[in-house]
Amino acid sequence: MNFQINCRRIVGGNGSGKALVTKQPINFLAMIDTKRYIIKDRNHELYGKSMKDAILVFPHAIGSSVGAYAIYSLKVNGVAPRAVICSNKADIITASGCAISNIPLVDTSEKASSSYIVTGLEIIVDADNKKIIIQTV
Amino acid sequence: MQLTADEEKSLNGDQGETVSSAYRILLAIGEATDAEKLVPIKWVHISGVNYNTIGDSGVQFLEKFSSNAKVAVKTTINPMGFDRNKTNRLSENFVKKQMSIVKSFEAIGTIPSFTCIPYEIFDIPEKGSMVSFAESNAAVFSNSMLGLLTNKESSLSALASSVTGKAPLSDLRIEEFRRPKVVIKPNFKLETELDYGLLGYFAGKVVRDSCVAFESVAVKPGDIKMKSVSAAIGTSGSCGMFTLGEKAEEVISYGKEECNIIKDELNTSEDGDLITLGSPQLGMNELNLLDKLLEGKKFTKRCLIYCARAIHKQATQIGLIDRIERAGGEFICDSCTCLTPLVTRDEVDSVITNSIKGAYYLNRSNRLGVSLKDLMTIVKEYTNQK
Repeated sequence: MNFQINCRRIVGGNGSGKALVTKQPINFLAMIDTKRYIIKDRNHELYGKSMKDAILVFPHAIGSSVGAYAIYSLKVNGVAPRAVICSNKADIITASGCAISNIPLVDTSEKASSSYIVTGLEIIVDADNKKIIIQTV
Repeated sequence: MQLTADEEKSLNGDQGETVSSAYRILLAIGEATDAEKLVPIKWVHISGVNYNTIGDSGVQFLEKFSSNAKVAVKTTINPMGFDRNKTNRLSENFVKKQMSIVKSFEAIGTIPSFTCIPYEIFDIPEKGSMVSFAESNAAVFSNSMLGLLTNKESSLSALASSVTGKAPLSDLRIEEFRRPKVVIKPNFKLETELDYGLLGYFAGKVVRDSCVAFESVAVKPGDIKMKSVSAAIGTSGSCGMFTLGEKAEEVISYGKEECNIIKDELNTSEDGDLITLGSPQLGMNELNLLDKLLEGKKFTKRCLIYCARAIHKQATQIGLIDRIERAGGEFICDSCTCLTPLVTRDEVDSVITNSIKGAYYLNRSNRLGVSLKDLMTIVKEYTNQK
């Protein structure tokens, strides 16, 4: 069964994969290991995780304005998420990084995302139609 | 967000691939921030100039971007990785990649300012002017202390604004969003610039809005504490502005306990092998203060002082640089403590600094231990009488 959540389209396109969910914001410049492309911040919920081919679900970016380049670097190195969902409101760092990297980006309400999306679920982000489709088997 | 017919054409490639990608960025950030339209801006400040921050993919991106793009508005740029006039032991690869970035920005037509404190170097446009500042300390400081209107831009969104001369009319560019809904109330006396930095870091962590108020915080113009607050807010959060003394609906108390939690997170070492000052780079106010504190004294540890070249030049003329150098200070122009390639684990385990932003990035990115101390304490503990 599938069901859908409405979302806002920030960067168009669509992508599908397994959800990688965190409630903590991300500083893309400081928290990503640029050799192994995993989250290197020991205090972060996603410590040790790679975003490769996942649907990244997180509230918003924080800190360095250079975080936008860090998102682009994930794309160039083939380790980017297939789509990104900001579980509150998309921010300028994430929006500009995804726009230049052609990574579909949407945002949705905190309530909708935290009620339905958990790590490991198969998700389709259809940014152009403003839908997040959750496959519940 | 609604684009004009001309903007739509540019998005679709009328002015080439580079301008088209710039409009793609502006459209995305406009949608994200609920903008209705793009507006002209007077000044852009770009971040992501240090090779250590943008890496190889950034170097290649800028090389391509700069091959057919020109600034449409006055554009200044952030520090790079090293001092152009000093030899250093950086690898040939680092120097080559860094100079490629410098060349790309030259080709685009930016001013080679290599500073993160453009607000202390260039003429400030009149209050209420729209600008687009990516460096987070500069965005927060300019919104809060100078009355300029900018969102907390990213490296790429500022670059997009530079070549189009436009930015979305949204968020902190609109008066109603510059009124704070949350006020942070310290319940103990804040004294040093470090205390203010810790307050800023706390604010960035707890406030999701674009603007926050501080209660019981009074400042004189040119007070270095406000620079410290600005840089720290920008480091820990997404908040792009603070106001002083304004009331707000929600009150968050900031006590010794909250302060100590932040301090425990950032103060990762008891002591350090060397002192590093400048993130943000030091301006004339800080150099004057340092000069005064150092009178008759000499540093007992290496003390690196990151400084904009324009400030260094000005300070040289009045003898400041000479005096601080005689007290053991080592000046590094064009660059800054954050993600500096000049202080690495190969040579030192830990550093001493008064900068919250510096402490965060030296620890997370350079993997160094950091001992946080305010400037007066640093001079007291690490100098001898001459």
